[in-house]
Amino acid sequence: MTDVVMPQMGESIVEGTLTKWLKKPGERVERDEPLFEISTDKVDTEIPSPAAGTLNEVLVQEGATVGINTVVARIDEGGSAAAAPKAPAAEAKPASPPQPVAPPPAPVAAAAPPPPAPEPVEEEAGPSGPLSPLVRKMARENNIDLARVKGTGAGGRITKQDVEAYMAAAAQPAAPAKPAAAPPQPAPQAPPTAAPAPLPPAGQARTRIEPLSTMRQKIAEHMVLSKRTSPHVTTVHRVDMTKVAKMRERHKATFQSNYGFSLTYLPFIVRASVIALRQFPLLNASLDGNNIIFHNDINIGIAVALENGLIVPVIRAADEKNVLGLQRSVVDLATRARSRQLKPDEVVGGTFSITNFGSFGSLMGTPVINQPQVAIMGVGTVDKTPVVIDDAIAIRSICHLSLSFDHRLIDGALADQFMTKVKQVLESWSEEVL
Amino acid sequence: MRNCSVRHLGRIDYGAALALQQDLVARRKQGLVPDHLLLLEHAHVITLGRNGHMENLLASSEILERSGISFYPTDRGGDVTYHGPGQLVGYPILDLREWKRDVGAYVRAIEQSIIDTLGDYGIEAGRIPKLTGVWVGDRKIAAIGVHLSRWVTSHGFALNVTTDLNYFQYIVPCGLTKPVTSMEQLGVRATLGEVSEKFATHFARIFDFELSGAGAFACQPAESETTR
Repeated sequence: MTDVVMPQMGESIVEGTLTKWLKKPGERVERDEPLFEISTDKVDTEIPSPAAGTLNEVLVQEGATVGINTVVARIDEGGSAAAAPKAPAAEAKPASPPQPVAPPPAPVAAAAPPPPAPEPVEEEAGPSGPLSPLVRKMARENNIDLARVKGTGAGGRITKQDVEAYMAAAAQPAAPAKPAAAPPQPAPQAPPTAAPAPLPPAGQARTRIEPLSTMRQKIAEHMVLSKRTSPHVTTVHRVDMTKVAKMRERHKATFQSNYGFSLTYLPFIVRASVIALRQFPLLNASLDGNNIIFHNDINIGIAVALENGLIVPVIRAADEKNVLGLQRSVVDLATRARSRQLKPDEVVGGTFSITNFGSFGSLMGTPVINQPQVAIMGVGTVDKTPVVIDDAIAIRSICHLSLSFDHRLIDGALADQFMTKVKQVLESWSEEVL
Repeated sequence: MRNCSVRHLGRIDYGAALALQQDLVARRKQGLVPDHLLLLEHAHVITLGRNGHMENLLASSEILERSGISFYPTDRGGDVTYHGPGQLVGYPILDLREWKRDVGAYVRAIEQSIIDTLGDYGIEAGRIPKLTGVWVGDRKIAAIGVHLSRWVTSHGFALNVTTDLNYFQYIVPCGLTKPVTSMEQLGVRATLGEVSEKFATHFARIFDFELSGAGAFACQPAESETTR
C-alpha cells in the first residue's frame, strides 16, 4: 500500500486544494499517470501517481483544502485483488458488540458514515465475506441489516444461527442496554425490525422504467429553469381573423401552385407580432442581472412539435420578411426540424417565440417562456364563432392569442398594449400577400 | 545562462494558441525544446479556469455569441477572465525544475516582471496579499492563471495595455468584485509591441534567461488594428 500525499509545491505554500480526482477508487492507475489535480494560488497542477496499482481509497474529497504531506489516497500495488473499494459499512465500527436495538439514528449519524439503508440486501458479499442464499433470504424477509449481525462462521461469515440469535436478541425489549440519562423514547420511535415494510417481490411489475432521452432531459431542464427564473403571467386576447381568413381563402390555391406549400394563419400572426415588437421593444428584450438587454434584431422562435419532444428553430430578421417569406421560413424550419436536419445555429438567438397549439385543437394556453426571452405567444384554433357586432350576431373567424410574459420586466398593462397592437394589425389586415 | 525562445505571435485565436501551448508543453516535457515565452493578443474571448464559477460569467452564452465573444473552459488556475485586443497576453512554457521547484516563487516572479514593465512607464503597480495579479491601487491591471504538469508551466498572464475595459462587464474578473484598469486608462499611450519588448527584457532578467527568437510583435500584420 502506497500513501499518496499532498505534494510540496513551493517554499511559501503550506496547503493546497484538491480540485479533481482523475481516477475513481477501484480504478487502475499507472505510475506517473495523472491522478488528481490541485490548486494553489492561481496555479492548477496535475499530480502524477507515485506508484502503479489500484486506487484503494480516497481520503480527501474534491474541494477540500489540506496541508502539504497530508495523505490524500492509498494505492494498492497488489493489482490482483481488483480491490473493490471498501464498503462504507465496513468502516462503521465493526468491533462494537451487536446491539439489539439500533441507536436512534439522528445523533449518531453526524459522525459515522450512515449505515446502509435497510433495503433488501443486494450485495453478493456481506460485511464479513460471502453470504449464503439462506442468510440473504432471512435477512431480506426479516428486514435485517446484516452489517449489525456478528458472524461466527469461518472467517467471520454470518451463519443461519447468527441471524437467528440476532433476531432473538432484537425481540427482547431493550432492557439490558438502558442508557442512564436517556429520556423515555416517544412511542413512534419504532424498533428497526418494524421499519419500512419490505417491497413486494418483483414478480408482476406494475411500473416500467425507461431513461429519458437527451432531448427530453434538455426540455425538462429548460422548463424548470424557465419557471424558476421568470414569474410567468399569461394574458389572452380574442382576435377576429375574418379579414385574414378571407385573404387566405382568396390566395390559397395560387399560393399552393406557385410555391408548393399552403398558406396558413401562422405567418400573418408572426408578421403582426413583429410589427408590435418594433413598437414595444421591451417584449423583444432579455433580463441580465440588473440590466435590460434590448435586441435590435427580431428573431422569432417557432415551436415545432416532434415525436416525443419539441424544438424551437428561429426565423432570423423576421422583420425583414413579408408573409410569403415568413411562410416559406416556417415550412422550411418545420420540415427540417422533423427530419432532424437543423443546423445548431438555427435553434439559438431567438428574441421572442410563438407556439401554435391551435393546430392541435387547443383554444388557448399558458406557454412557458423560452429563456432568456421574456415573452411567448400561444396561438389557439381559428374557429367560426357567433359574435356580437353592433348589436347583431355575426359569424366570424375567431382566434384566441395567449401571451405569457416575464412579470419581472413586463407589467400587464404593457403586455396588453402589445397584444392590442397585434390584434389591431390582424383585424385590419391590409398588406397584400402576393 | 539558460536559453528561452521568445515568440511574438501577434493576434491569434484562443484555440490556436491553446493548441500551440499544448504542443510545446508536450515537447518541453520530453526535453525536445527549450523554455518558451509566447507573447500575443487574442480576439475577444472569455475563459473559465478549472476552479472557476460559472456564476462569475454574467452574460449568457447567447449574449456573448451576439457580441462576438467566444467562450472557453480551460485547465488553468484562477476563475473567469476576459481577453481581447489591446491586451498583452504571455504564456511562458517553462520547466520549473530547471529554475525553482516553487509555484509560489514562479507566480511572484511573473508579477515582478509585470510590475517592472509598468515601472518603465511610470506606473506604480504592486501586489495585494492573497490576490494574485498586479494591481494599481485597488484596480487590477494584470491577471494571472497558470497550469502546471510535471513542473512544466502553461497559460500565464494578461496585461491590459489598451484593452476596451467595457468587455469586463460580462464577467466578475477572477471572481473578484474589484475594478479593472489599463495602461491607457492610466494615461500611458503605448503599443503592444513596445510593452511586449519591455516585458521580455524584465522577464529574462528575473528568470535569468538569455532570450532568443525572432518576429517582433510590431511586424505582425494584426498590430495595425490594435494600435489606435
